Formats: sequence, C-alpha cells, structure tokens
Amino acid sequence: MRKTSLNMVYEMAKKDPRVVFIGSDLGIGTLKNFKEEMPDRFFMEGVSEANIIGVAAGMALDGRVPYINTIATFITRRCFEQVVLDLCLHNVPVRLIGSGGGVVYAPLGPTHLATDDIAILRALPNMTIIAPADADEMKRMMPLTLDIPGPVYIRLGKGGDPLVTTSLMEKCGLTAKTGKALHFRTGNDILIITTGIMLKPVMDAAKALEASGIQASVLHMPTIKPLDSKTILELATRIPAILTVEEHTIIGGLGSAVAEIISEAGNLPKIKFKRLGLPDRFPEVYGSQASILAHYGLDTKNIVLTAKGLVQK
Amino acid sequence: MNVMKAHMNARSRELRRAIVETIDKSSRRGHIGAAFSVVEILSVLYDDILRFDPKNPRWHERDRCILSKGHGCLALYAILADKGFFDRSALSGFCMPDGFLGGHPEYHKIPGVEASTGSLGHGLSIGVGFAMSARIDKSPRRTFVILGDGECNEGSVWEAALSAGKHKLSSLTILVDYNKQQSYGTTFEVQDLEPFADKWRAFGFAVRDVDGHDTCALRSALKECPLDPAKPSVLICNTIKGYGSAITCGNLAWHHKTKVTEDEIAALMKSLGEE
Repeated sequence: MRKTSLNMVYEMAKKDPRVVFIGSDLGIGTLKNFKEEMPDRFFMEGVSEANIIGVAAGMALDGRVPYINTIATFITRRCFEQVVLDLCLHNVPVRLIGSGGGVVYAPLGPTHLATDDIAILRALPNMTIIAPADADEMKRMMPLTLDIPGPVYIRLGKGGDPLVTTSLMEKCGLTAKTGKALHFRTGNDILIITTGIMLKPVMDAAKALEASGIQASVLHMPTIKPLDSKTILELATRIPAILTVEEHTIIGGLGSAVAEIISEAGNLPKIKFKRLGLPDRFPEVYGSQASILAHYGLDTKNIVLTAKGLVQK
Repeated sequence: MNVMKAHMNARSRELRRAIVETIDKSSRRGHIGAAFSVVEILSVLYDDILRFDPKNPRWHERDRCILSKGHGCLALYAILADKGFFDRSALSGFCMPDGFLGGHPEYHKIPGVEASTGSLGHGLSIGVGFAMSARIDKSPRRTFVILGDGECNEGSVWEAALSAGKHKLSSLTILVDYNKQQSYGTTFEVQDLEPFADKWRAFGFAVRDVDGHDTCALRSALKECPLDPAKPSVLICNTIKGYGSAITCGNLAWHHKTKVTEDEIAALMKSLGEE
C-alpha cells in the first residue's frame, strides 16, 4: 500500500507541477525515480517533523501540493501543533501519508503504534482522513486527493495487505469518491461498519455469519472524515444492530464517530450498538500486526462472536 | 534614554502613536512592549525593502514577510494600515468582537498577513517553505522572517534553521528581535541564547549584529542581504523591549498589558509626543 501510494505521488508529480514530495529520513532508495527525474521537487528533510510540516505549509500557501511521508505516529503526534495551525488553520493542501497506521509496527512497541491517529486528527477542522483497505483502493483514491482544498491524512496499512476491494467494487457497481461509504454487502440483521484493512476480516466474518443464519450488511468507510453520515443513517433506520470494527483505539475513532451520528439522529428505532477496537491502554505485547489484532479481538473469529452476541442480545 | 532619543524619528513616533491609539480605541490590551520593540524593523522592511502591492496582497511575485513573533502584531497592524492593506479605521476593532485584527495575526482574515502566527516557533519553517518554493519557480522573490528572542527557545526554530542552512537559502533573511527580555525575565536568566551569533553561524547562516532601532543601520544591513550569496542571512537586531516611551522601555510589566487606563494612555501619548 505504501509503495502504491508513493508511486502514485510520482505519477501525479509527472503530470502536475504543483506536486512536491517531502520525506523525513525514509529508507534508502525511496522514490529514487522521483528524485532523479524531478530533483527540484523532491526533498528529504531529516528527522524534523515539525519543520517539515511548516515547510510544506509554506509551499502550499505558495500554490504547491506537498505530499509528506513518514511513520504515522511521527506525522501526527510529534508535530501535532504544526498540523493544527500550519495546515488546518491555514487550510492548505498538504497531504500526510502516514506509514504504519494502527499496529503495523507491532514488533517496535508503543512508540511506533499509530493507534490514536484518527482520533486526534478527526478533531481538527478542515482535515480529511482516508484509510484505504488495500493497494487497489489506494490507487483509486490517491488521484482524488490532488484537488482537495485542505489537508489530507492518508493512513497506510502494512503492505501486501489482501486485495479485496476491486472485485467488491465491480460486483457492487461502485466508483471511488472521497467522503462516500461503500456498501459492500447487504443484510438486515446487523450492520458492520469498518475502515482500512479491517475490511477483509469483516467480510470474512459476514460470510461466516451467513452460515449461521445472520445476514450482515457491511459498510466500508475509506473516508473517515468527512464521514458519510447519510448512508449510515439510511441503513440505521432499518437494521437493528450496528457493530463498528477498527484498528484503532476505542476512543475517538470510527466507532465514536458512528456513535455520535446515531445517538444524535433522534428518529431512529432502538439500535443495539457495539464498538470493536483497541482497548484504552498501551499495547502490552509485541509480535506481528496480526497477532496483536487477534490479541485484542480484532479478528474474524471475534467479530463473528461479537456480532452474534449483539444480534441475540 | 539618550540612545533612544537619538534614533526616534517622526516615522517611529507616528507608528508608536498609532499603536497606542489602537489600544485606546479598542480593547485596551495588547503586547505593547513586544510591538514597540519591532517598530523600526517593520517600518524599514515595509518602507524600503519589501516588494508588495497593497491593492493586490496576494500578488504572486511579492516578497514575503512573516511576523513569527505574532504577539508583536500591533506594530504589524499599524504598518499594514499605513501602507493601505486595509483602512486605518479597522485598528479600532483590535481584539473586538466585530473586528478582524486579533491578538495574533491571521492569514485568512487580514490582507498582507502571510501566515497565522501566535504560537511561537512556526514562522521560520513556513518561511523556509516560501523560499524553497521561490527557488523551484526560479523567482527572485524573497522571504523575511521576524523572530523573537524568547521564540528561539523553541526547538522547531532550530529544525528550520538546519533546513535553511542545508539548502543555502540566500533569499531568506531572518531578523531576530533581540531585546533580551521574555515574559518572565531576561533571556539570560530564562533560557540563555548566547553565544547567539555563533549558533546561527554554526547552522550555516551569514550573521550580522545591528542596532534594531537605528533605521539607517537596519536599512543599510537589509540592503546588503544576502550577506553571503550562498547562505541565508540573519540580522541580530539589538533592541529594547518597549522602546520609544520611557514608560514601557525595558519594563516587563508592559510585555502584555490588559486594562490599560486612560491615564496610562495619556502618559504614553505624551511620552511619544516629545521631541
């Protein structure tokens, strides 16, 4: 997903002179072709995220569209005030590509786990947040980021994530659009809303639930802000249970956003609601992304169990 | 005070009187000491150095000037109004519910303001971005960033300095308002910056010390910038906080003042009216 995302920056830069790339201290050879072919628009500015955000803001105020890439924790937490003031207050078109959203960097511990990125950025006016489910979706969404007037956060998965979206898009006759939910599966017993790479275990869970006689709708939210509340509310009027699933702390992310929408809707029938996410504590374990997700119940097995429990409640 | 009187000319007095009038007619508050400290720096920049068009504030080839120490904005507002970026009557809206001139300058609200500042340590990075962008365009437009000395406590200033030095951004000039006083006390006791010039040199800048209230000296130094054709420049402007009035001069009580009284306004105007 990261490779696709960065390659798309290169492709966009070739066509659009506004596009510049700024990295911090990325792996050797990153975007070598960009650096060689467009050296005046390629920058590697060192381990200084606060400065990078400000520099990008200056370039964007000047009419450019900077794409920045570094590890998700550092591009969100480390330079948070620069993101708030230099990007969001000025409302400039800077794109933050956060490598390792969620628990991708599982072996590296809590310093590298971006488990609160959606929560902290969702609170910022003018910010758009996107979290594609796989490389194909990243390829569809990157060109859409080019002309968004304000800042955009692009949450990357691990890389090599299972490709699930293209066949679903074709099957459902959908086209990618920023701010639009993707209704990938229809069912009337429970609505499972997810984002990012959790789409795959959610789709697997929906299939398993069907075998148990439970029909699940699946709504994938590649854009978390602005959230497609219209589609969520349309489905919430006729589906009695909603489960949200996200690779993110239980506080402030997709589940919280959905809870805010349905609790304020006022005219909905009674809904059974549950959020699945990471608990409100720093992860205690290492291992792999998959093992941490399983440890905290963010796997197909537990999604099925939780959905059944909610439906039968 | 003799030093002060030697440098105060009619222009400097006029701008400081505009600042006091702004406070008098609006919210009776503001960072008066910080504003008085940068009056000459701003007036020389806007009178003699910067290329701009107040009727077309976003003219792409203009020079950029960022007041990174945004709390000194009363002086910036006085000069922007003087230059015609907006009507002088707007000054009476300073910090008022119906005004657009806040306690810190905002890019989207005020014609002529190049960046929203107020939280310290942001303006230099934005200025580096401006300078790098001009270089991509092969444009001669220049960037000037005014930093406070207390602001130089921020690590982000030095991140930006590393970047400016690495790129040899000769189109970038920093003016540090080195009045040697921050909110709590002197810079020497709160967070000593010395050897200050050596630090900038070590980060790849060409450096010059200048009297920050001497308009002739400032003009001369700015006209010589870039001081080195292969380096960004920094002018360490030796200033006095609250300069211009015996009431505010070096007086930390005027760093940020609220509820300024009629008597204080009258005394300030009187002190600024003296030849």
